[in-house]
Amino acid sequence: MKKNLLAFLIALLLVAGCTGNNSGGGGGGNSGGGEDKIKVGINFELSGEVATYGSDTETGLMMAIDKVNAAGGVNGKQIEIVRYDNKSEPSEATILATRMMEQDKVIAALGPATSGAFKATIPEADKYKVPVVSASATNDAVTVDSSGNVTEYAFRICFTDSFQGVTMANFALNNLEASTAAIFKDSSNDYAMGLAQSFRSTFEAKGGSISAEEAYVSGETDFRAVLTKIQDSAFDVLFVPGYYQEAGLIIGQARELGINAAILGADGFDSPTLVELAGEEAVSDVYFSNHYSALDNDPTVASFISDYEAAKGSKPNAFNALGYDLANFIVDCISRASELTGEAVKDAIAATQSFVGVTGSFSMGADHNPVKAVVVIEMQNGQQVSATRVAAE
Amino acid sequence: MRMFLQQVVNGLSVGSIYALIALGYTMVYGIIKLINFAHGDVYMLGAYIGYFATVYLPLSFFPALLLSMVSCALLGAIIERVAYRPLRQSPKIAVLITAIGVSLLLEYTMMYFVGAGVRSYKALLPTDTYNVGGVIFGFQQIAIIITAIALMAVLQFIVLKTKMGKAMRAVSIDADAAQLMGISVDRTISFAFMLGSALAGAAGVLVGIYYSSINPLMGTMPGLKAFIAAVFGGIGSIPGAMVGGLAIGILETFVAGYGSSMYRDAAVFFFLIVILLAMPGGLMGMKRTEKV
Repeated sequence: MKKNLLAFLIALLLVAGCTGNNSGGGGGGNSGGGEDKIKVGINFELSGEVATYGSDTETGLMMAIDKVNAAGGVNGKQIEIVRYDNKSEPSEATILATRMMEQDKVIAALGPATSGAFKATIPEADKYKVPVVSASATNDAVTVDSSGNVTEYAFRICFTDSFQGVTMANFALNNLEASTAAIFKDSSNDYAMGLAQSFRSTFEAKGGSISAEEAYVSGETDFRAVLTKIQDSAFDVLFVPGYYQEAGLIIGQARELGINAAILGADGFDSPTLVELAGEEAVSDVYFSNHYSALDNDPTVASFISDYEAAKGSKPNAFNALGYDLANFIVDCISRASELTGEAVKDAIAATQSFVGVTGSFSMGADHNPVKAVVVIEMQNGQQVSATRVAAE
Repeated sequence: MRMFLQQVVNGLSVGSIYALIALGYTMVYGIIKLINFAHGDVYMLGAYIGYFATVYLPLSFFPALLLSMVSCALLGAIIERVAYRPLRQSPKIAVLITAIGVSLLLEYTMMYFVGAGVRSYKALLPTDTYNVGGVIFGFQQIAIIITAIALMAVLQFIVLKTKMGKAMRAVSIDADAAQLMGISVDRTISFAFMLGSALAGAAGVLVGIYYSSINPLMGTMPGLKAFIAAVFGGIGSIPGAMVGGLAIGILETFVAGYGSSMYRDAAVFFFLIVILLAMPGGLMGMKRTEKV
């Protein structure tokens, strides 16, 4: 009998709790629908495995939003950021996307930073007709689904993985005048495999030849055996698609074995750890593609860097720059939108022409990927010495 | 031919590290019939002790190596005292599972304190290379092989020529009889753990210098491979562990160099299965006749 009473009380409490929440949620929604503020959701990896990607993007993003709001906002309205942490989990990202679109009534959602989590929010974007934009989801399959259809409400402002492979192949052929290349790829992730494939197809299509293609698994530390094998075939450049943890060791060991050819990579090389692992002297004639370079002497970039240093006391990295661009981009699109609805903002995003950003100027392509230049950074003696913008073809 | 010789050089440097770790497995197994799965993690700790000693103290190569060896020896003794000694009379499976537990404890405690990311060693030894007929020897490779051989020679001397070594051999043959002869079995076992762990600590520092990359899970794979090396050499046999380590190092280098690097680890484990089926005693294992 006592048990029943307890169960009844708990049930009563739960019901009361639910109604309480409902009224609270409704109230929040109403006040958010006010005329003086524009709500934009951010859904980032602020904790968990890849927390640095999300939090670095957020730092740059908030800097830009604060600047816009201080200058009077968009069309006289302040931007209100609705901030959520998806804990680096795609399932959490989906829940948060629903929440910000249904409950908070945002007119655009920014993030997540990683491709997997970003993809998980796209069905919600289509359902609620709210555009989602990522600054750093580079996986090829993000804005175009498996059957080749462009997803209506998903956009990104960064280049794709395969585009980096294409760019580095063109860079090797045109800027380094290479005719043969060897590839040593990380076989344990799609990112590196995709890069290797697009590099190979572009390089071969334009008359170059691939002398060797070998693979490693992430976490390995000894690459001398395979490098010795690769060394037996002549090549002008060695392309190493993968992340800095292994790439740093590969560069060091390759130089030690007397491989003096230029070593090429992609944005996975962008970490000071790469130089620590390889040793400063070894990181010479190393070229990698990136979203942005602090060496870029473009005036937009220079003013961003000085603003950022003044505010945060450190040099911005690529994620800070992408976050900054993402915020300015969405503000630009909202100001161009015919009305303040998700649909109108989506149309404005799709119609973007020559947006000027820190990570390059771009127009939005028909496949919802930006048409933008890639920065190729040259390293000598462990230092970044030059940055070349390679335009999209 | 150049490629073949270069691969032999590559293989020997990897192999000498495996050999150093394998010695610890083999000594502990020889004396208490326990496969100490935490051994690979002692090697990892050795690498971190060397790292902190060279970055923060900052010590040069030999003092750092000694400090790491001494600390790992103490750690080995503590692990033995805390985790294995209370289970001396328990079934072997209980001790084995405890060993796996200690291994995970060390890995994740370390990850808690130093983070999961890789750290890179300072260049403690010159990175000069020598080109002999197209074959490239790194100064570090030569230093690793020489240090490994020197440490193995010291170990061989301790085991064969000292009283403690004699006690170890006695305990390994028959612990009860050794006790009756006045040998302190507990102290002897502790000593074996200390010796093995010191060598693992040395291997950790050498690997840190050679690859300049260390992380809290770095002990798992080399630990398993060194175990295979110990089995191949004949578990319990000290010269066997040395030969086994070098053989496994050369085997995996050749698989990666002439076949595909994708099969490197698979080949090593396949080799373990073949040894266990074809010659379970290993190359130099003692044949023990079971008395019924």
